[in-house]
Amino acid sequence: MHIDNFATGDSLLHRLDPRVKISVAVLFSVVVAVADRYSCLATAVCFSLTLLFLARLSLREVFLRLLVVNAFIVFLWLFLPFTYGGEKLFSIGPLDATREGVIYALLITVKSNTIVLALIALLATSPIVTLGHALGHLYVPDKLIHLLFFTVRYLQVLHLEYDRLRDAMRIRAFKPGTNVHTYKSFAYLIGMLLIKSFDRADRIRKAMLCRGFHGKYYLLSHFDLQRVDVIMLVIMMLLVSGMASLQWIILK
Amino acid sequence: MYHDNQSHRPVLDDLNLQISRGERVGLIGANGSGKTTLFHLLMGLLRPTAGAIEVFGEERRKEKDFRVVREKIGLLFQDSDDQLFCPTVAEDVAFGPLNLGKSQDEALAITGEVLECLGLEGFEDRLTYKLSGGEKRLISLATVLAMKPEALILDEPTTGLDEDTVERLIEILRSSDLTYLIASHNSEFLSKTTDIIYRLGMGKLLQAN
Repeated sequence: MHIDNFATGDSLLHRLDPRVKISVAVLFSVVVAVADRYSCLATAVCFSLTLLFLARLSLREVFLRLLVVNAFIVFLWLFLPFTYGGEKLFSIGPLDATREGVIYALLITVKSNTIVLALIALLATSPIVTLGHALGHLYVPDKLIHLLFFTVRYLQVLHLEYDRLRDAMRIRAFKPGTNVHTYKSFAYLIGMLLIKSFDRADRIRKAMLCRGFHGKYYLLSHFDLQRVDVIMLVIMMLLVSGMASLQWIILK
Repeated sequence: MYHDNQSHRPVLDDLNLQISRGERVGLIGANGSGKTTLFHLLMGLLRPTAGAIEVFGEERRKEKDFRVVREKIGLLFQDSDDQLFCPTVAEDVAFGPLNLGKSQDEALAITGEVLECLGLEGFEDRLTYKLSGGEKRLISLATVLAMKPEALILDEPTTGLDEDTVERLIEILRSSDLTYLIASHNSEFLSKTTDIIYRLGMGKLLQAN
């Protein structure tokens, strides 16, 4: 389990206040998601690449993560060019690809990669726990944040439990295949995990009750906004606003 | 008396146990003999099918009665992953004191104090899910001690711990002046930390030493 493997580092972006990073990431994602002018998108691509450069992450690992995202986008390329109405560009057998369809698929590809790159550079450079605390200070509802914390905390435990069950199957010579025995065994594995998590949830609740839990959670971590945080916030927000104005104001 | 709600077999039957202030009691018994059940009954996490539970001189029946009990008796769970649910160590240790109505500064002060007392200085910002098994157990103990309990109940505190950590646990328990009740399969550990040991079997208690 490597949830936090981009979070260790000492670049400018690693040290930046997570509240600043979350705010910029949210605004940037919204602007890029709705934009369709090339000038705006080109600026956004440059912005993302600059952030990636500033975060000084291993490019190999970033590339591997992008592969995961683009695996989904491959499906768009399979369907969009052939289903979107417009001027015919080329044809494969009886299927006609349209110019508009190709442009549309290209736009989605560029936008998703731009957003994911910015998110990796801005958000993956903080540990999830820190991001959770920052969300708390940005007035995201308590319940959502604790849902996030419980998920992160017990993902690890559940994953270990899954590994143990998997190993237990393997040491008794279990080999997955396409047969009823395999399906049944995997069903047992998943069922067992569900029951175990249910039991664990019950025990955690009991442990919380024993320590006087009465429905309120507390967040302890506090952040100090430094000068560099404010400067970076202003610069990045200006850049994102610039992109937005390229989309909506200039050239109208 | 307590019945298992699946097999309807009595887990604890006509069991009598009295612990006075300052006593250090050990409990041994086979797997499934009802040690954890007994502890959960004492903390009000389960209700007896018959009989009474009296803590600090008062009979406890309802959820509300047990709130006070939980503030004054700390229970250390068998599995530390059940007990440590907060992202960071400091938050987990401060959780109890905050629930008792302490301010954030007070809770943090208590956290530092308890961690230092257990020789765990500097653990505040560590992530709970990245701790080792022994560290998890000691931090769990810290979360319980941070509530300044009058008594402790420890459910199998030595399982999965290496010898050094067990030694540390023995030191910590011996140097405390708390009343406690420990269930363990480790008889050497029990004889080093408790004054009297009971055996739980067939739902009843017998003195073992």
